[in-house]
Amino acid sequence: MQTQEGHLQVVNAVKIYDPGGANVCAVDDCSFEIKAGEFVAIVGPSGCGKTTLLNMTAGFEDTTAGEILMDGKVIAAPGKVPVPGPDRVVVFQAGALFDWMTVLENIVFGPVSTGAMTARDARAKALDLIRGAGLAGYENEYPIRISSGMKRRVEILRALINEPKTLLLDEPYRAMDAITKAVMHKFLLDVFDRVHKTVMFITHDLDEAIYLSDRVGIMTTRPGKFKTWINVDLPRPRDFTIKKTPEFLEYKRATLEAVHEEAKKSFERGEREGA
Amino acid sequence: MTQTTAQPAHAPGTAPSGSAGKPKAFFSRYRPKVESLITCTTLAIIFLVWFEVTRRQVVPKIFIPSPHDVLMGFNETIFTGYHGKGLAYHCLVSLGRVLLGWVVACFLAVPLGLAMGLSSKVRAVFDYLIEFYRPLPPLAYYTLLVLWFGIGELSKVLLLFLAAIPPLTIGAVEGVREISPSVIQAARSLGANSRQVFYRIILPATTPAIITSMRISLGFTYTVLVAAEIVAATEGIGWMVWDASKFMRSDIIFVGIITMGATGIGLDACLRIAARRLLKWKYN
Repeated sequence: MQTQEGHLQVVNAVKIYDPGGANVCAVDDCSFEIKAGEFVAIVGPSGCGKTTLLNMTAGFEDTTAGEILMDGKVIAAPGKVPVPGPDRVVVFQAGALFDWMTVLENIVFGPVSTGAMTARDARAKALDLIRGAGLAGYENEYPIRISSGMKRRVEILRALINEPKTLLLDEPYRAMDAITKAVMHKFLLDVFDRVHKTVMFITHDLDEAIYLSDRVGIMTTRPGKFKTWINVDLPRPRDFTIKKTPEFLEYKRATLEAVHEEAKKSFERGEREGA
Repeated sequence: MTQTTAQPAHAPGTAPSGSAGKPKAFFSRYRPKVESLITCTTLAIIFLVWFEVTRRQVVPKIFIPSPHDVLMGFNETIFTGYHGKGLAYHCLVSLGRVLLGWVVACFLAVPLGLAMGLSSKVRAVFDYLIEFYRPLPPLAYYTLLVLWFGIGELSKVLLLFLAAIPPLTIGAVEGVREISPSVIQAARSLGANSRQVFYRIILPATTPAIITSMRISLGFTYTVLVAAEIVAATEGIGWMVWDASKFMRSDIIFVGIITMGATGIGLDACLRIAARRLLKWKYN
């Protein structure tokens, strides 16, 4: 791919919350790699540690053991004070636009705060991005006035303006209706085809995972580990018609099987714990 | 999609681009007409009952003065004055006390509340102190204030100040608690330092809660006014009501209560207008 930066390595990462106390093991000995410019989707049942993994990568939490590296630099290790930064921006599940800022102010927040760009340059670039995303005319609106799909687009633009090495997306399209979701998928695919950032996409929607990514990682229930990886060799650029191809359905069958095995296990364990 | 009949005329701030994105849900500033009709009717009925009850002398004049008496009371207090001072003067004196106590409380309690919201240690110091005195009837500790600070203005303003504090700190603490953690994480992820997070995220995010608590606080401070003015005061609207009651001047009491009520509504309206100006992003 064109980009060299944004190579993520997770090496034997472990995360235990409240060791000695409740001792909840959220992530257990996870190792994987995301190549620079690769789109990886991580799927797993609720509470499997997907978000913990993302939080450690983002720099919101440290690891209990093991490390996470980006381009060879340690970004999370035991006892290392986590430092989030604009080189790996997070787009959140519930949406985290700043309601008191207009669309434009939201987008320029990052580069202006860090001093990476002057207010004027940031503004010009933001307006470019806004136009490219079909949001022209909305730059001075407050988030309360725009639709949820538009909000998500703004959030992705707010991340992109920083020219991050990786994008970390935490179930960003979770509570969306089918139509908005389809629009957002198209938007994200277009963005990815254009900029080729490394993407770590957390979801529990299998269709979405296969449709968008180059590789799908399926996690086990707690403690979170990777069960299987499935390479998605579908051609890019993609559009929704790909969902009807036999290849897509074959990938879907494979992921479904893996997920169902996990679901069954977690159900049985739930029964045991409940007894 | 529903069509609202009474949609406020949207004043375009910069560009008419707003019309491009039709907002789905919209807080209509004006209540539908039926409700305002009901409100007016209720008021009219109360007034009519008052008028009839006093005209037929159902209750002695001394308990409920007639509308005419009250009007004369207004006339007397405004133009002749009560104990030598006009109604406007009494009103201003009281307003001065309330606003002084409340404004000083705002300047101290809002930052304190924010600090309490952000730090569990600061909260550990102040939370129980405030929770302890908050439910006390102000008159209970007013006696102490008078004992310590004398019967002058200081103890009065101090009482109003103390009454104003709890709603402010509670509001600020809740405001901080309501900020979604992902909003703060998003800001940090975008590269903001803690100073920027405070001034550009926490402060604006808590502003609606703080303004609401300022309204509640002002309202509560106002209710303590009469208590503050019954000890050794010679002026003020609260004192006027208290003093009039000693002379069975129920007309003056009505004048005082109506004036206080109207002033209270006026003050709250000022704050509401300020909130709308300040929180364009919320009301739009």
